[in-house]
Amino acid sequence: MRRCTLTLLASLLAAPASAQTPAPIALVGGTVLPGDGAPIEDATVVIRGDRIVSVTAGGAAPAGAEVLDCQGATITPGFVGTQVPLGLVEIGLEPSTVDEAPEDDDADPIRASFSVVDGYNPTSTLIPVARRWGVTSVVSTPSGGLVSGTSAWLDLRGATLDRLLVEERAALHVDLGDGGIREGGGARSSALNRLREAFDDARLYRQRRASFDRRGLRELSISRLDLERMSEALGGDFPVVVRVSRSHDILRVLAFAREQGVRLVLAGAEEGWMVAAQIAAADVPVILQPMTNLPAQFSQLHARYDNAALLHAAGVPLIITTEGAHELRNLRQEAGNAVASGLPADVALRALTLEPARVFGVDDDYGTIAAGRVANLVVWTGDPFEVTTWARQVFIRGESVPLTTRQTQLYERYRDLEQVPRGLRGLPRAP
Amino acid sequence: MTPKRLFPLLLIAAVACGGPPDARSAADLEPPAPPPLPWERQPSDPPAVASPLVALVGGTVMTAAGRTVEDGVVVMENGRLHAVGARDEVPVPDGAEIIDVSGRFVTPGLIDDHSHMGVYPSPHVRATADGNEMVDPVTPGMRAADAFWPQDPQLPRAVAGGVTTIQVLPGSGNLIGGAGAIVKLHLGRSVSEMEFPGAPETLKMACGENPKRVYGSGRQSAPMTRMGNVHGYRAAFQDAIEYGRGFEEWQAEHQSWQRDRQRYDAAVAAGEVDPNAADPGDGPSDPGPAPLPPERDFGLERLLGAIQGRVLVQMHCYRADEMARMIEVGQELGFRIRSFHHAVEAYKIRDLLARHDVSVSTWADWWGFKLEAYDTIEENLPLLTQAGARGILHSDSAMLVQRLNQEAAKAMTAGRRAGIPITEDQALRWITINPAWALGIHEQTGSLEAGKMADVVVWNRNPFSVYARADLVFIDGQRVYDRAAPNPVYRTDFEVGQDLELAPEGDR
Repeated sequence: MRRCTLTLLASLLAAPASAQTPAPIALVGGTVLPGDGAPIEDATVVIRGDRIVSVTAGGAAPAGAEVLDCQGATITPGFVGTQVPLGLVEIGLEPSTVDEAPEDDDADPIRASFSVVDGYNPTSTLIPVARRWGVTSVVSTPSGGLVSGTSAWLDLRGATLDRLLVEERAALHVDLGDGGIREGGGARSSALNRLREAFDDARLYRQRRASFDRRGLRELSISRLDLERMSEALGGDFPVVVRVSRSHDILRVLAFAREQGVRLVLAGAEEGWMVAAQIAAADVPVILQPMTNLPAQFSQLHARYDNAALLHAAGVPLIITTEGAHELRNLRQEAGNAVASGLPADVALRALTLEPARVFGVDDDYGTIAAGRVANLVVWTGDPFEVTTWARQVFIRGESVPLTTRQTQLYERYRDLEQVPRGLRGLPRAP
Repeated sequence: MTPKRLFPLLLIAAVACGGPPDARSAADLEPPAPPPLPWERQPSDPPAVASPLVALVGGTVMTAAGRTVEDGVVVMENGRLHAVGARDEVPVPDGAEIIDVSGRFVTPGLIDDHSHMGVYPSPHVRATADGNEMVDPVTPGMRAADAFWPQDPQLPRAVAGGVTTIQVLPGSGNLIGGAGAIVKLHLGRSVSEMEFPGAPETLKMACGENPKRVYGSGRQSAPMTRMGNVHGYRAAFQDAIEYGRGFEEWQAEHQSWQRDRQRYDAAVAAGEVDPNAADPGDGPSDPGPAPLPPERDFGLERLLGAIQGRVLVQMHCYRADEMARMIEVGQELGFRIRSFHHAVEAYKIRDLLARHDVSVSTWADWWGFKLEAYDTIEENLPLLTQAGARGILHSDSAMLVQRLNQEAAKAMTAGRRAGIPITEDQALRWITINPAWALGIHEQTGSLEAGKMADVVVWNRNPFSVYARADLVFIDGQRVYDRAAPNPVYRTDFEVGQDLELAPEGDR
């Protein structure tokens, strides 16, 4: 396989590019898997600024373009990490580096106003690691409590929020897994009631805001800021993602979402295959980890490897995620295993790209390789899901980003033990 | 050190205290052997295994012994591999059941030297948490085998991933957690029906954050720091050394008693002494009953075993500086470390690890869950292999154990991406013969070589692919897993009857 080589074509002849119109980049000769359609062989993808301007089969690179020879490579949209606290956790067991949930055990389990954006650390060393393996955006997600807070869609490039924030409130996150049930009183009914009361209060707040401000309402169960966020979810500003495992719990959540009139997304859904038809009928997408196949808890005794394939067969839209923020580089391994268990490869790719963009409301800009879309894309050495390939080049908002990580720098530092800086190897010996 | 070398210190002591030669034969003066430990009473030679004559024909045979054979033949019968080679080298014996594996790949059964299956089973609830005896940071007397639940639903899922042997370890909450259990995954009703015959004992120890978090942060008791950790190992092994000395003294005493006894018995026989006389006179006096051995301590016994090299130390340790320190502590106290587990910083001291022949059991890419796991690099295993150290890809996870082949592929790929040319045979060793070495069972299993246990996996495609699945798994020649015909035995008791109310949708 030939390396993707960068050549500057006719740069002397090209019209001088102004700062506003940088030279286009053309990725030529690769196979494009666009995320929402058939593969394009011998493709030419042209990027200008932060956008894709054209995708054609066998097309010519525009004059003055930087041309990347991508023959033998596979090009996909950048992957999107979901349901993980990227940027909110550096070292799992060091609380001072963890902002995915309040540390206090006694914190109120309803934290709708907990916002990822306040804690997001764009200089986290986890971000370059995810990026090196083709992840270009994340829906960074809070955890804990019964209502965990709101997630945000961020691009994995830039040291300040103004450069990387795409959607400040991507979704409101609710936990009705074992942890959330515990926080909601320790029984399914108590947790659902707590949730029901919070949404009912938010609806009242939404309908009678002026009365609330005049203290003219009955006592409400949650704080003003929480009311505000939940009221936005009721208004359809963003979906409500509910973490839930057990098949019958999923049915209860479907009914609950119908009753409350919120736009529902399921997460986890280890037993989703058992109620796939009902999930599909409600047109509810599912965020899942395909490799999860252990009866690890009583709430997921029927977890199985082909959950993704069975849900897809029933017509459920899927988003694939992985264990946590540190493991985002293994999104593609999750997808590959889903394919090995029967999920069509194009659906698995969509589950990492277009489906998250659609579910979190940014599909006008993200999720496919098409003219007008944000140029987040990845050039792979081959099959993007295979454990023997890697990302050769990653573009975020049209820029080829460095694939260096703290880990690659440690590798470089120790690659040759003879060259490790003095002091890291002890004193030199006299002859 | 040979694992079988029993009590060499005691033998040396016996020679030194021998005294003047006696009329009796030297054999009579052999120091008494310590009484066997309860779990040592199992037969050392396992009964012969019965399994049919099977030939796997036409596959790509990856031996993990340096050779990959295209269009190969693997013959097994009665629990052992009879022949492994190319079709023109290995005749298919008459009467063999021939399984056509052309287009498929054959490897040794995979070995995971770091598992908690059976002691931290699924479902993971209070009632099933049996892996960490966290009442004392030093509990070398514990044995994972005593807690192992053979009905853990995680076990058959590991078999479906091509895993045939695991080491079940106590957790890392304690400095010294106890003995690992080496089990083969032909499932049984009790651990005794699964234990690897003749495997040496192993000992789980743990460095770093876990013990000090459990005791120091959790209970305000020692160890609270890494100083406390190392002091804990030193104190425990010193106890073991003194315990061993107690046995030496007993043996010397016993020998001296034997001499007195012989002298006395001879004198009685010669009529020089009348045993019934009130006054024994000038002759030797009755030495009385034999001196009793010191009180047995199962934990110190195991630590002494580590010093004597018959117990293989499995040391949980992440940081390079701590691993280097532990090699030195081992030298001070006289024990060797067989494998560092997790060891994400092993690459920093790979020269040291190669020189001391300490193996490294680690992951492909896990990192960041605690500070001592922060310096993971993807090239750890490739760099270790390049430096001549023994690399092992372990799981420590009932999820990851199902995909050891993919994890090895990722580490191999990371090496290649960085320009370190790792071969598939080298990567296969990370999950077969190298963990077998860490467990001291490498002469029995871990590669496809005639005479070894018939632990074999047939993969539907190259196992270093995310799409590869095990089609057939043989353990001791028994076909324990067949993807096309799921073995109902491989559904554990726990799972029986959980699906009575489910619609019969899809196959399980």
